[in-house]
Amino acid sequence: MAAYLSVEDVVKDFSGVKAVNHVSLDINKGEIFALLGSSGCGKTTLLRMLAGFEAPSSGRIVLDGTDLAEMEPYSRPINMMFQSYALFPHLSVWENIAFGLKREGMAKPKIAERVDAMLKLVQLGGYAQRKPHQLSGGQQQRVALARSLAKAPQLLLLDEPLGALDKKLREETQIELTNIIRNVGVTCVMVTHDQEEAMTMATRIAVMSEGRILQVGAPAEVYETPATRFVADFIGNVNLMDGTLTVDQPDHCVIECADCKHYVGHGITGTEGMTVSVAIRPEKIHLSRHAPPDEFNRACGTVKAMAYFGSFTVYHLALASGAALKVSVNNLQRHRDDEIVAGDTVWAHWSRNAHVVLTQ
Amino acid sequence: MKADSRSLIGGRFARNFGRGWLLAVFFFLYLPIFTLIAYSFNNSPLPTVWGGFTLNWYVKLASDREILSGLWLSLKIAFLSASASVVLGTLAAFTLVKYRRFGGRTLFSGMVSAPLVMPEVIIGLALLLMLVAVQRATGSDLFDRGMMTIWLGHLLLGMAYATVVIQARLIDLNPQLEEAAMDLGAKPFQVFALITLPLILQALASAWLLTFSLSLDDVVISAFLSGPGSTTMPLVIFSRARLGLNPSVNAVATVIIAVVAVCVTVGSVLIARAERRRAAEINAAQRGGG
Amino acid sequence: MPALKSAPSEPRKGLAGRVHGLLRGRSVVIGLPYGWLLAFFMAPFLIVLNYSISEMGAVRPENIVTLGDGVMKLSIKFGNYLAIFGDALYVKAYLSSLKYAAITTVVCLVLGYPFAYFMARAKPALQPALLMAVMLPFWTSFLLRVYAWKGLLDEGGLVSDFLLATGLDGWMAASGMIGTPGKFMNTPFSLVIGMSYTYLPFMILPLYANLAKMDLRLLEAAADLGASRFKAFWLITVPLSRAGIIAGAMLVFIPCVGEYVIPELLGGPQTLMIGRVLWDEFFSNNDWPMASTVAVVLVLLIVVPLAIFNKYQAEAQERGR
Repeated sequence: MAAYLSVEDVVKDFSGVKAVNHVSLDINKGEIFALLGSSGCGKTTLLRMLAGFEAPSSGRIVLDGTDLAEMEPYSRPINMMFQSYALFPHLSVWENIAFGLKREGMAKPKIAERVDAMLKLVQLGGYAQRKPHQLSGGQQQRVALARSLAKAPQLLLLDEPLGALDKKLREETQIELTNIIRNVGVTCVMVTHDQEEAMTMATRIAVMSEGRILQVGAPAEVYETPATRFVADFIGNVNLMDGTLTVDQPDHCVIECADCKHYVGHGITGTEGMTVSVAIRPEKIHLSRHAPPDEFNRACGTVKAMAYFGSFTVYHLALASGAALKVSVNNLQRHRDDEIVAGDTVWAHWSRNAHVVLTQ
Repeated sequence: MKADSRSLIGGRFARNFGRGWLLAVFFFLYLPIFTLIAYSFNNSPLPTVWGGFTLNWYVKLASDREILSGLWLSLKIAFLSASASVVLGTLAAFTLVKYRRFGGRTLFSGMVSAPLVMPEVIIGLALLLMLVAVQRATGSDLFDRGMMTIWLGHLLLGMAYATVVIQARLIDLNPQLEEAAMDLGAKPFQVFALITLPLILQALASAWLLTFSLSLDDVVISAFLSGPGSTTMPLVIFSRARLGLNPSVNAVATVIIAVVAVCVTVGSVLIARAERRRAAEINAAQRGGG
Repeated sequence: MPALKSAPSEPRKGLAGRVHGLLRGRSVVIGLPYGWLLAFFMAPFLIVLNYSISEMGAVRPENIVTLGDGVMKLSIKFGNYLAIFGDALYVKAYLSSLKYAAITTVVCLVLGYPFAYFMARAKPALQPALLMAVMLPFWTSFLLRVYAWKGLLDEGGLVSDFLLATGLDGWMAASGMIGTPGKFMNTPFSLVIGMSYTYLPFMILPLYANLAKMDLRLLEAAADLGASRFKAFWLITVPLSRAGIIAGAMLVFIPCVGEYVIPELLGGPQTLMIGRVLWDEFFSNNDWPMASTVAVVLVLLIVVPLAIFNKYQAEAQERGR
């Protein structure tokens, strides 16, 4: 089945600099797709090409079978919610939402009906006559959302939707926003530099860097099975250790690093003797005062620093070779008799399935 | 977050010095204005000797045909030149703000801002010579020295000022507003009419007022470009002033000052009131949360 | 019209019709003011140049390029320029124009900088009112206000009486600001007062705009690092306001060089300014080519400050983005 939105080998060249460098994506109908990357990676340029504010230097963008190259932003069945909300300051909330409907020549009674439905959707029923400056930040965002959904677009674009909100508001809004979008059922492409935002809201994520797509997949997939060192490091926290592949069997392999030996519970494609990287997430590592029995998957180190986050603590260990290891431990009990403190020598150990082996 | 400036610039000495300086310069600025007004009520042929209070000069002003017809002409020209300046100024401002790269942009930018500083004698002379050349070449008397030519000269000057004012407003305007409008289905002209124009309206109004008062006050360009029968009020006043001091001029001056002062004050009060209301609404919304 | 696409050099296949339409809108927006300026700003200057280097015919200047007998001749008359540079009167007028414009600029700076500074540091609520109070004289006719100075400086005028009472006139005569003690009109003094008075708002406004926008936390940081308030002013505030100083200085200096009305009303035989020379050539002598030559040399004189001003304008635009 052909994808609903298909980006085909798109390049965007700004006087020699390739902001978007041969990007191809297939986005399915009804999914929330996130473009994740730090500033300058090309995600916003790509979004603007979908909206029609930039034209690709080469490549095609096809939405539901129609090639968008022919279409100006005002003719596309695509609507965008801007980072600054871009609510028209001189128009009321009602006028803002009705703006797009009036442009397409909808009949007055139908416009009224539709605007009311949108206001109800974002729960701003009594606010129709207010002006944007009379609304709080969260309310403005809801108006912006209602306005971008009013025309029932085939594709909804979100530009850093939660960027302007503070942390508490962000958590609540994340859930609300996702629910509304899923209820409406519209296909959505969002752009963000915030991994939390991408992982909680999206059905699939594309990690971008320097104009290229590094990995596409569901949040869990990208987090637990990163395809490259960059992705592993970019999403969440990770410990990366370089080592040599000494044993390579179909059902397991062994990688020797400076401070430890890894026994990985699955085979990998590689040749014995090659250099690989092993990625282990901090939460997959456990600490104990005594050496664990298994000679694999353990390392000894000194606690150099601790960061207390309330629900969990991150320990920064210095291993024998000088390398650092980050371990995240949930604070399951309110008080422990045997608290690990800075300066202690401890053993870190992990299971046979905790690793991701990376060759690039 | 603004720091407390007063503690940074100095203690009491600096503050008193500052207040003193401000007052002194204001005194300097307003002294001529007050003397103009005061001497317009002066019952004495010598403007510098006080001879008692009188409204004589104002009575004479009412029947002073030269000044009144000059005033009428000046008002007409000012109205037309202000309106045209705003139109051309808007186009020029748009060009400078929206179109980053086009052939001859430096030249365009230079030409637009040059009249702001160029001595008026040069502008007046140059324009006149060109209009004469055009007149000779085409044989038409459209460009005969008169109201039309004065209007053109004021338009050249006004466009420069209007462009500066409107450009400043356009730069501040959030470009995402226009993009949002396009995204929602508005074609470029609709974007301009429905979104951009209402938002820059205040800048257009102040540009209009600025160019109106510039035109009303202009001497040199009008002198070069006027012809028989098209003497503007400033030219009338100038010729009288050259000959010496003349109380009728004081009377005109007071009337003008009064009108301007009233308009500016009323305008500022209205604007200040609207600003305060708006600020209160924004405050209320932020406190309300949501 | 809002700018729509990036550089127009990219190929847009199959869009010929629509692109052409877009370009048409864009062309009007750029083309109309551009064309108008070329016609009414550029062309006139070229004509002035032409007058200055052409031989005058009976009614109109003769062509500088003539075709005849299979020969194309370019004849440029330098006579007018030689007349100007050779005649002490003209040279003196140019120099004195530059001199008085410079003096006026300095006076405006001295009066205006502290004024703008204290205005920018006043209570924020007070500032719009202060600004309006500065702008109000600007909105009333400048001609009338210059005329008012005639009254103030003439015999029996308030300022004249004041200066006589304080006995400053003796010192002023000695320093060359006025010709004879007691007579303040039609002197360098009255000229500079008149010009400074008129152009003071032009100095104050850019300075104020610049100083008001300055981040006061920089001064806090300086204090934190041990700088005295005076030092902080010289090392931080003044350099940061450089752009405002340049803008204000250009807005005063350049027009002052070519001023006509104020020298005419308040100046005297000692203060021959080039604006009056040009006016007299045109209106009294009816010598259009000479007037044009005077204008061209004047433009050349101010071309450097003009370039500085233009550069400042362009930079201000960029910063505003």
